[in-house]
Amino acid sequence: MGELDVLKKEAETLKTQIETARKAVNDTTMEAASSGVAPAPRIQPKARRTLKGHTAKIYALYWALDNKLMVSGSQDGKLLVWDTHAGILANCVPLKSAWVMTVSFSPSAGLVASGGLDNMCTIVNISGEKPKTMRELDGHDGYVACSRFLSETSILTASGDQTCGLWDLETGKQKQSFLNHVGDCMCVALAEDQNTFISGACDSQAKLWDIRDGQCKQSFIGHTGDINAISYMPNGQAFITGSDDCTLRMFDMRADQEVMCYQNAQPTAGVTSLSLSLSGRLLFAGYDDFNCNIWDSLKGEKIGVLSGHDNRVSCTGIPSDGMCVSTGSWDSFLKIWN
Amino acid sequence: MPIVDVENLTDLDKAKMELEQKKKEVPLERALLSKGCTEFMEAVQATADEDPLVKGIPEATNPFKEIKGGCVIC
Repeated sequence: MGELDVLKKEAETLKTQIETARKAVNDTTMEAASSGVAPAPRIQPKARRTLKGHTAKIYALYWALDNKLMVSGSQDGKLLVWDTHAGILANCVPLKSAWVMTVSFSPSAGLVASGGLDNMCTIVNISGEKPKTMRELDGHDGYVACSRFLSETSILTASGDQTCGLWDLETGKQKQSFLNHVGDCMCVALAEDQNTFISGACDSQAKLWDIRDGQCKQSFIGHTGDINAISYMPNGQAFITGSDDCTLRMFDMRADQEVMCYQNAQPTAGVTSLSLSLSGRLLFAGYDDFNCNIWDSLKGEKIGVLSGHDNRVSCTGIPSDGMCVSTGSWDSFLKIWN
Repeated sequence: MPIVDVENLTDLDKAKMELEQKKKEVPLERALLSKGCTEFMEAVQATADEDPLVKGIPEATNPFKEIKGGCVIC
């Protein structure tokens, strides 16, 4: 046996040990545990706003902490900042590269970050009279699929080069690299204390990382396709992922395993995006089939649908006060629902 | 902090990386699923009453209520 085979065989043995340890604590299912819980009310949110302004597919959106401003990114080469209450455009940021895959606000909303097929994460200051590019974070060898600010001076990225990166915006340099995925990294979510984060990738795995030392702490298996979206549950001990395998899954970090799978009776459309309501009870998931499904996160049942887009729902978001859910689509529109 | 050269990782490098990772993951302490599920369910239900999307938003206080009349100039 060559060295490669020896290593692979050893890894398989360890994976079996890990599965045995997981089975040993698998004393119930989420469905069984929640059987006594009253079903979530069947809700039918109405589309309250349709935001028209983009002229091509929308790929990403992000809410500001003021719960009013929302930024969207489209392959028309623009970031649009919306006053969602009034339903009007508040700002427009032209991009050097039209191939945007991710947008986010800094905590103050004075900065927006965007990233995409240009392999860079671009930071623009929008607090002045005119948008001003502040930094072009250059260092990934693949597309930037997701970016999340830790603060006004620090940002986390997920890249098609299979790594995540932590960047210092004062120097423009990468402070830490996170390598362990063997597929394109598509999404990240930060823990509230910002000491750890979770990532989802095209190797069908989700991973938990220590931000300071760059080490992968845990790996979560279960999905059978690219993981496109990831979000912590409000209590921070579990998270939910959405995948091209047409399912969403909840993972319990302390039990180190999957505890629930959210799957349509006839699963035909991949999950592109997900957002959790304030308590975590409602799970909103965007799909390739133009819909956004509403799931009861505890009981695993589908309880509603947001229909209204004429093309794939590519992104969803819920502001920090939980007052609505927004959807962005390849049909070039954004909608606000509650 | 040297940035990892991902492009030049060989299959052997990746296999070593995976083995090292699995060695770290084997000894993790794993809590009973029932414990996690119960705590997690209780946390969700405790806050569900204040979850606007669960309990509904009265029209009067809905920041996204229909904008009637007037003219919005962009």
